[in-house]
Amino acid sequence: MTVLAVSNLAKHYRRGDKTFAAVDGVSFEIGPAETLALAGPSGSGKSTIARLVLRLIEPDAGRIDFEGHDFLALSGAALRARRAKLQMVFQDPLAAFNPRASVARVLDDPLRIHNIASRAERPDRIAALLERVGLDANLAASPIHEISGGQRQRVAIARAIATKPSLIVLDEAVAALDVSVRGQILELLLDLQREERISYLFISHDLGVIRAIAHRIAILDAGRIVETGDARAIIADPQSAIGKALVAATPKLVRSSQETL
Amino acid sequence: MTVLLSIRELAVAYRRDGVEVAALKGVSLEVHAGERLAVIGESGSGKSTLALAVAGLLAGSTKVGGTIEWLLPASHPHLGRDIGFVFQDPSSSLDPVMPVGKQIAEVARTHLNLSWRDSYAKAKTLLERVRLPNPDATVRAYPHRLSGGQKQRVAIAAAIAAGPKLLIADEATSALDTIVQAEIVALIRRLVAEDGMTLLFISHDIALAATLADRIAVLRRGELVELGETRQIIDAPGHAYTRALLDAHLGLDATPLLERQGTPA
Repeated sequence: MTVLAVSNLAKHYRRGDKTFAAVDGVSFEIGPAETLALAGPSGSGKSTIARLVLRLIEPDAGRIDFEGHDFLALSGAALRARRAKLQMVFQDPLAAFNPRASVARVLDDPLRIHNIASRAERPDRIAALLERVGLDANLAASPIHEISGGQRQRVAIARAIATKPSLIVLDEAVAALDVSVRGQILELLLDLQREERISYLFISHDLGVIRAIAHRIAILDAGRIVETGDARAIIADPQSAIGKALVAATPKLVRSSQETL
Repeated sequence: MTVLLSIRELAVAYRRDGVEVAALKGVSLEVHAGERLAVIGESGSGKSTLALAVAGLLAGSTKVGGTIEWLLPASHPHLGRDIGFVFQDPSSSLDPVMPVGKQIAEVARTHLNLSWRDSYAKAKTLLERVRLPNPDATVRAYPHRLSGGQKQRVAIAAAIAAGPKLLIADEATSALDTIVQAEIVALIRRLVAEDGMTLLFISHDIALAATLADRIAVLRRGELVELGETRQIIDAPGHAYTRALLDAHLGLDATPLLERQGTPA
């Protein structure tokens, strides 16, 4: 069973008197506990696809099936219920919050809005969520502007998993993190995927990160998927021009003493 | 080799909400004339503070200790004339309401005492040198007409317009996608070689730094952890922190996390 099936998705924008296709007939599927990465240069349509899948914007054409339901046909309460299963983590996902808001406040919202826990139950749920993402439960009272970038991203992941989603859209979710923190966040995502069977739509410009975490990759160029398949195989031997360019442009760290470390 | 500038016990502290925060804690290093020196570190390492201190761009309220000694003919180097600076975000370093040609010409006019006519001619040559298409039209274009990579090319053209001895690039490619990043790094490498400039390349990315630098300085929490030839830093790092940075790099040849056995700490 597929968790997400996207077919012939299209989104056009008008620039002056010209129309251009940001997303131009894109189709892909994601299975349970699977990670599909979208890669491509800026302007290739990666983030537009993320926003379409989340229904933050509406497509001009195409179909999105999520957990077997025609996602674009849903509205009202049915859409809200289904949306709980489809979460997102962006590059700086807490940017939209008042910086003085507490960590508890950030995690309280989804539990309340989706009727997951009563007011009395929520503090325990919040503590459990924090522990699940590797944070101390005492952090709940901290204002979000006082915690580190890595902690913020863990809080964002805790918020995303609060509703027990089947799919999380991650758009450059580790791009702004220090390398030492980035590895830990990727490990956390893998861990959650194994235990909770969550699928990821993982958008990144970084092939090294994609190779570390994704099962499959779709390489985009000008709104179209030009190449898709096993992430390691495609990154090792890309066939498309843009895939070749992405691999060639990725800095290589050649360590002659690597085997002794 | 000739030393271009000598930094001795540089300490920098900012005031934040009434509290003093140390950004650099006694950093000493020498920048050799004509070398490409990368300064790498994570957030809070002080790498950008070091770049700003060298350029004389620290805010007046900043507390600074130690010395930065210039061994140029000019003992008080001027930003723009002797030092070119390229920032991370060209959208904020370029004036949105001034044609890009004028922004480049102004640097040449101010520091080289050229006429406007000669300054514009220089600007056009510089647009060609940074490989912007159609320089005759681009000279009159406003920044918003250009892509992120093209804007960074304009910012680089402005930075080198007066023929500086030192070019400082502070995370100059980190807002760009992988392909554009590689193009900008290649451009910087070529311009530095053609003009015989010294390069101070500030980056969070050790792999990127290694593709460009002769030497790498590793900063951590305001202290210089290690400084050495690029090959030595990559192949035989002397400090555990440098090794950790290298190990954390997710290259195209490492074993994917997905396939590693067991649950790491």
